[in-house]
Order: sequence, then C-alpha cells, then structure tokens
Amino acid sequence: MKLSTRSPRWLALAAVLVVGPVAGCSAGSLGSSEEESGGGTTITWLTGVDETAQATAEAIVAAFEDANPDITVKLDGKPAGGEGDNLVKTRLQTGTMPDVFDYNSGSLFQQIAPANNLAPLDDSVVGAVDDTFFPQVSVDSTVYGVPYGTAFGGGVMYNKKVFDQLGLTVPTTWAEFMSNSEVIKAAGIAPVIQTYQDTWTSQLFVLGDFHNVAAVQPTWAEDYTANQAEYATDPVAMAGFQHLQDVHDAGYENADYASTKLEDGMRQLAAGTGAMYPMLSANITTLQSVAPEAVADIGFFALPGDDAASNGLTAWFPNAVYIAKTTEGEALEASKKLLAFIASPEGCEAFGSASDPTGPYLVEGCELPADVPPVTKDVQTYFDEDKQSPALEFLSPVKGPNLEQITVEIGSGIRSAADGAALYDEDVEKQAQQLGLEGW
Amino acid sequence: MSTTLRQASPTATSRPARGRPRTRRSPYPGWFYLPAAVVYGVLFLVPTLASFYFALTRWTIFTSEFIGLGNFVQFFQEPALTKGFVNTFVYAALTSGAKVVLGLALGMLLTSQIMGRGYLRAVIFFPVLVSTVGVGITFRVLMNPTKGAINAALGVVGIDGPGWLVDPSIALLSVAAVDIWKGVGLATLIYMAGIVSIPKEYYEAARVDGAGSWTLFRNLILPLSWPATSTVVTLSLIGGLRSFDLIWSMTRGGPGFTSDVIASVIYKQYQAGFYGLSTAGNVILFIAVTAIVLPLTRFLARKEVEL
Repeated sequence: MKLSTRSPRWLALAAVLVVGPVAGCSAGSLGSSEEESGGGTTITWLTGVDETAQATAEAIVAAFEDANPDITVKLDGKPAGGEGDNLVKTRLQTGTMPDVFDYNSGSLFQQIAPANNLAPLDDSVVGAVDDTFFPQVSVDSTVYGVPYGTAFGGGVMYNKKVFDQLGLTVPTTWAEFMSNSEVIKAAGIAPVIQTYQDTWTSQLFVLGDFHNVAAVQPTWAEDYTANQAEYATDPVAMAGFQHLQDVHDAGYENADYASTKLEDGMRQLAAGTGAMYPMLSANITTLQSVAPEAVADIGFFALPGDDAASNGLTAWFPNAVYIAKTTEGEALEASKKLLAFIASPEGCEAFGSASDPTGPYLVEGCELPADVPPVTKDVQTYFDEDKQSPALEFLSPVKGPNLEQITVEIGSGIRSAADGAALYDEDVEKQAQQLGLEGW
Repeated sequence: MSTTLRQASPTATSRPARGRPRTRRSPYPGWFYLPAAVVYGVLFLVPTLASFYFALTRWTIFTSEFIGLGNFVQFFQEPALTKGFVNTFVYAALTSGAKVVLGLALGMLLTSQIMGRGYLRAVIFFPVLVSTVGVGITFRVLMNPTKGAINAALGVVGIDGPGWLVDPSIALLSVAAVDIWKGVGLATLIYMAGIVSIPKEYYEAARVDGAGSWTLFRNLILPLSWPATSTVVTLSLIGGLRSFDLIWSMTRGGPGFTSDVIASVIYKQYQAGFYGLSTAGNVILFIAVTAIVLPLTRFLARKEVEL
C-alpha cells in the first residue's frame, strides 16, 4: 500500500496535468465530409444544432437539391455561443471543418483567420449580395461569405397586451423605461426578463445600447479599436452596464432569472408573466417555436438612451455562410453553388419558408413578405426611418470573450456596473493583443 | 570437481568484501526500453517542454511571437484568477477531506459484519463507474431551483431549497458535494483494502489488553490504515486541484465567475483564442500542483508505519 514517490512517475503525472486541460477540448466526432453517392457530389454543412437552425437549413437544402439534383447536402450541428466558437476555431485550425459552415460576420469573422482558413469567393457567388454587407465578411478586398438570413436588431421584445392593459407606451428614454417598469411591477408582472442559464442573453443591455453611444460620440468605435476609449472611464459607454445594475437593484428581474434559459424567457414573455425581454429580434424564431400563438402579441423597441431625439436601433448584420479552405475539387464547386443559391432570391424564399425574416435581407431581389410578425415590422420601421446604426462588433474587431460572464455578474448583483466595466476593459485588452492590433 | 568448487568459492565471497559491488546486469539490453521511451518522449516529455516554451509566446496554430514573461504577468493580473485559485484550493481541500472522513467511516462499516455487505459495497462504488459529465448534467437537472427533484423533495417536508447551482455563495459547494458523492466510492474501496490487510492478531492482542472500540480505532485501525489515507489524500487532492469536467458540466464556472477554478479559467482563455496565455496558465497550474503535492506525499510517506 505504499505510494511510490519516485521521480519518473511524477514526471508522467505532471505531463498529464500540463497537457490535460488543453487536450480536453477536442472537437466531437467527425462525419466524413466527402462521400460519393450515385455519381453526385455530397457536401456537409455545419449549422446550429438547435431545432430552428436545423429546420431552416433543411428548407434551403431541399430547395437547393431540387435545383441541383446531382448534389447532396448533409447537415451537421454545432452548439451556440462560446462553445460553438471554440468548435469552429478548433475545426478550422485542425483542418477538420466540414465543407460549408455558417458563422458570425464582423469581428468574430475576423477572429477565425479568414485568409488562412476560408476559401475566397468571386463575383459568380457574391454578385447579388448588398454592398453594405461586404465589409463584414472581407479581409482587404477578398470576400469570404454570403449573408445567411436577414439583418436584425438588438433591443427589447415586449408584450403588447401587457402594455395596453397598463396604458403604457414604448419608452424612448431610459427614464421612461424605468417608470414603465415600476408600473408593470406594481401590477404583479416581472418588468424585465433575464435568462442567465443562457449566459449570452445577458449582454443585450450593453451590446444593444451602442446606438446611443455612437449617437453621442460618432468616433467611439475607432477610438476603441485604437485603445483611445474604454467603457469604465466613459459615462456614455458605461450606461449599458449601469442600466443592467439599475434593473437588478430595483428588483425588476423575473424571480428565476438565474436558472432560466432563453426558451423559458420567451414562454414568460408570451404568457405575460414578464413584460419586456432584452433580446435580439432574430430570436423571434425561438418565440415562434415555443409559443407560436403569441407571436402577434409581441412587439419590439430599441433600448432607449438618455435622449429621445436620437433614439434608434442597434443593428446586427446577418451571419454568413463560408467555405472552409480544406474544401477542394468537386466539393468546392458544389459548395460555391450552394452559397450562390443562398445569396439569391430563391435562397431568400427558401429561408423565409422555414423561419420568418427578422429584418431586411441583404440580397438584391429579396423582398419581405407582407405577413411578417410584428417584431420584424418594428425592426423594419427603424431601418425604413434610418434610425439605426451598426453594433460595435461590426465596427471594431475588439470584443472580449468574458462579457457574458461579466454581465451575468452585474445582473445578479455579484459585481457592480463600474467594476464590471473595468473588468471588461481588461478582458478586451487580451483580445486586442492576440489580434496584434496597433496601440495595445 | 571438489578442487574447482573450493577454488571458486573464495572469489565469489571476496567480491563484496573488496568494496566494488558490480551493478547487477539487467537481463535485457538497453534498447529494449526504446519503444517505451519514444512513446513517453513524444507524448509526454516533448509536449511538456514545448509548453514551457510556448508559455513565453503569443501563438496561433500558424505563428508565434516571443513575448517573454508577458503571459505570466497578464495571467497573474487576471481578476478571475485570484478567485480561481481560492476556489481551487477550497474545492480540493473540501473534497479530499470529506473523502477521507467518509471513506474511512464507510470502509469500516463495509468491512464489518453487516447485512447485504456485498450489495452495499457495489452501491457505494457505482458512482465511480459513471461518466463525470453524465453525473454533472444529471445533477444540474436535479438541482434546478424551481423544477429540480431535490428542491421538490425538500418542498414536501416544508423546506424552501436554495438555488444550488445559481446562488453564487453555494454554487461551488454544491459541485463539491457532487464530487464527493461520486468519488467517495473509490476512497472507501482503498480504505477497505487497507483495513482488511491489518492482521487479525493485532485485534486479538489489543482485545486481550482490554481495548474498547474507540481505542481499537484510534490506536490500531487509524495508524495502520495510514497508507490508505495517504493514497486517498494524494489522489483526491490532485483530482481536486485539476478538477474541471464536473465544474464545467454543472456551472461552467458560473454564475459569472463565482465557481471558476484554475482549470476552467485556463479553458476559457483557450476557448477565447488566447493560446499563449492559457499555456502559461497550464505551466502555472503544473508548478502549483507539484509544489503542493510533492511535499505532501513526502510527508505522508514518512508517517507510514510498517505492518
């Protein structure tokens, strides 16, 4: 029973300790990406593993396969959020990425080393794509992706029935937002829904507030990229963090905010037990899948700032579909056909048949149908009135990975807004250094 | 024949006397060790040494930029790190302490003459066989504050259960409790082996001297099962210090950063693409674990008594 402490075993053990945590995150099982079936080409498309994402991709694949009978597209699933990012990065860097995958545009796109990992696309593929989208999927002048879905907004989904019953109007200043919340709380309804089991949902107060920052300081994003501006020392930029703390301090969150997920949040919003849910308008698809009967009752407004005159929407560009650089030969040709199909009116139609559009398509010739949900109409209104500006992640590559943990802490009262903002400033520094940006 | 024997024996005995004890030759030539050495070198030595170098760089899979000790400076400035270190030590101390106490108690119970001993032994060991991530996900569901079975059961007897994994003050303790539940079977097994290997004569001698149950435990079982204790402490302390899978599957270090341990801090840095930084973190974890466990095992080994 004596435990040996001689050195060789210790070395072996130590090596396991050093290597262990890194080795713990290998990508899951991989299907073979190229299989010949009956003379045609088979390609694999990695998309979200959730029901909505799979259904949408299936609809597009069905329409695409009808138009291209010699190509078969198989679907593979990846988780959302940080874990999905990790999987995409790991697969790209190990050369095990399926032929085609969809992923964020903007700053997250810049982080996957597009020039090294993605196949460049020419005009035959991206010809119909709206010019405004190119900066989000390009390095220098090379384009790597086509828009997947519609643009959307970051703001607040609200239950219109609750607002009507209590005689409330859509707030255009933060003060109105808080006074509305007080009335809602007095009526026994949770004013603000938060769902911290899906940590990413906690970031909306900060990310969705950027239109208000840019309205006051138009050059903020550039200064931020150049390390000339930061959240903690700038009261305007800090406001998003502060608003989250205000909501928690006032007790406006739903009681079970710490243990609920996105779907539960949507159910609460649909049932009217919660009134306002800071969310991306794109997540209307989640609402449609968990509570389709309530879609007509839910509207959308931009997160308000201090000034009603500059009230507007923080807008997100859609994700994009990319081809991995490891894709070659027939599979590459087939993949390009698939991308060209996605960026065409037929592709938009197939997309719209599976999940309702959440804002404008960024493809020429694609029109929104007349019967879109109110949330989409509200988002479209901000675009029509040109009361929108892009989210920070489309203007600056600097985005710290820990924002969602920090905002969970602020929204749970574990950390103060000032503390959280300062911590986030340190977090982005690492990102900027890893990207090798000037001035960090 | 007899002369030869007589001549040979003095030489044989005189060798050690002359003071140059020749090392006994191994029956195998040196290159027999080569395959093992290659495997060990490629899989353990090279990565370990490489990680020491890459900890000094900011790297991606394609390039690396030498930045000296920059990663270490940044790692130690990481605010989540202090929390991570404290949590790691709390977690390791708590789980290994509890495994010793519970393992010894259960070990004594299951080596005594009780009903259904074989069945009970199997039951206590069963959680060890289940996948850690599976256990983590199961308990995450059971510990859900509103819909989980644990709080539902507590509700029946009128207790308003806490948010086990979402209350920042108890999230880490909840995970530690599950770790103990899962690991105590192994500790029990080791203790059972330790207790069973104590010769019966010792008990008989002690009984003749009039020792009661407590004296028997205090002066016989406890010291003579010390090798078991040191094994349990070492294994569970190392396990606790580098624990990751259970914490990640249950809380992901949350809420916020409140149940982060060093390994999860490192994992998140790797996930965020800060490869150099996370390599530096692994080197620090390696040094910290060695610095704690090495002296501890020396200490435990010295306290062992021969049977």
